[in-house]
Amino acid sequence: MKVLVPVKRVVDYNVKVRVKSDNSGVDIANVKMSMNPFCEIAVEEAVRLKEKGVVTEIIAVSAGITQCQETLRNAMAIGADRAILIETDVDLQPLAVAKLLKAVVDKEQPRLVILGKQAIDDDANQTGQMLAALLGWGQATFASKVEVAGDVATVTREMDGGLETISLKLPAIITTDLRLNEPRYATLPNIMKAKKKELAIVKPADLGVDVAPRLTTLRVDEPPKRQGGVKVADVAALIDKLKNEAKVI
Amino acid sequence: MANLVIAEHDHGSLKAATLNVISAATAIGGDVHVLVAGHNASAAASAAAQVAGVSKVILADGAAHGNLLSENAAAQVVANAASYTHILAAATAYGKSVAPRVAALLDKAQISDIIKVIDADTFVRPIYAGNAYATVKSNDSVKVLTVRGTAFAPAATSGGTGTVESVDCVADSGVSSFVSAEVTKSERPELTAAKIIVSGGRGLGSGDKYREVLTPLADKLGAALGASRAAVDAGYVPNDYQVGQTGKIVAPDLYIAIGMSGAIQHLAGMKDSKVIVAINKDPDAPIFGVADYGLVADLFEAVPELVAKI
Repeated sequence: MKVLVPVKRVVDYNVKVRVKSDNSGVDIANVKMSMNPFCEIAVEEAVRLKEKGVVTEIIAVSAGITQCQETLRNAMAIGADRAILIETDVDLQPLAVAKLLKAVVDKEQPRLVILGKQAIDDDANQTGQMLAALLGWGQATFASKVEVAGDVATVTREMDGGLETISLKLPAIITTDLRLNEPRYATLPNIMKAKKKELAIVKPADLGVDVAPRLTTLRVDEPPKRQGGVKVADVAALIDKLKNEAKVI
Repeated sequence: MANLVIAEHDHGSLKAATLNVISAATAIGGDVHVLVAGHNASAAASAAAQVAGVSKVILADGAAHGNLLSENAAAQVVANAASYTHILAAATAYGKSVAPRVAALLDKAQISDIIKVIDADTFVRPIYAGNAYATVKSNDSVKVLTVRGTAFAPAATSGGTGTVESVDCVADSGVSSFVSAEVTKSERPELTAAKIIVSGGRGLGSGDKYREVLTPLADKLGAALGASRAAVDAGYVPNDYQVGQTGKIVAPDLYIAIGMSGAIQHLAGMKDSKVIVAINKDPDAPIFGVADYGLVADLFEAVPELVAKI
């Protein structure tokens, strides 16, 4: 069984981004970029399914600028077998990405697509669900446990009030949550091996997809800053502040 | 203009998050209709009809919605979406699962997690874990939106004079089915609706210590319990306790952060709280940078003392 794992290159999760002074966006020049953590979990899950003998081939796919090749090499170092970059300079929005991925799915015919539930840059949390809708497939968002047997995936999902388990008929879409697994570190031999794996490059036009943005970002602002607070000396002082100053207890 | 709010409910009653979404729809302007896709859900529909600002409730009642599966819910929304300019859902696990499916089926962009309505086309939403606010304009004829509950006051649960109209329930998609649910049982207020939250991090050291130290304080204050990602990952508490960028977004009157460092991903979920208290023995912990009142102390001594004296 073939699995497709879309991955996104994002500002590293340890970086605190700054808003540009002209309010046109956030400054990502010379900032460390990494694979989106949820995408890493998706790659890891695919590799584990391959190690269990459920999956035979893992294809990593990314959409964006040339540098996304690094992200794909990283996915292959974790264990993806080959990669596809849909190369474009256009500011891709989730619906466009979902359409690009649908075109790849139509061509590659995977039985499962595993994606991160959200990217930590735009925090949209849309692409997996959109892809599922475009394909008419079932979806399991926010997965914390995945079992695949035959033509069925049984997925436990992290919901607002606890956990829910659903059963999906394959082909299907799964989006990962934090507790699904802990991604392995890519070892040096695997990083070297990944350099030799196949990385195909296509353009959105090759896939017949219109990626023109539907949304325009008019401006980006700093969120209101919290006023720096005070340190209190002891518990009694804290209770006094909460009762008499903040009046919240 | 006309707004369709996708209700979140348990068939018998409306979930509180829907009230915030109705407020957002009211802020956009025009009619506010609510779609209840459920099974034996007339009680939820009549509750929705009484919410202030709602003029019509569309009830799609049928077995396909018995387990609130996203595929069927999205198909139902699309079947009834024809006359709406705005389709809104809560930015909850349910809303986040359904709304993007709706958007894709309609070939429209979605704007996630809106915190402000500028006009009918323009909305503000947080990006980068809330470290920036983007003002986004949609060029699509229909706007699909998810709404961050903490940013919109809940609509009143009474005073509405909506009518309930039944529509045909869609057929089951056949691609997914419900197996089981493991609901976290708690007598405490819901995290996203609580006035006071007592939240713990890795500093607690274990699940037993988390419960032993924080429960008495939460009991005394009538508070909900929350946690950092680190505490959830370490297995101290279930996943639905997690507050943060990828967990729950909360904005209570009082948030007491105990034994947590204050990673930016956690701050993203709680920094809109009215008053933040931090108790941590490390005076340099970033959590003190956002706390109104910081107490540098050993939590295992300070919290019991707080319980005793409060």
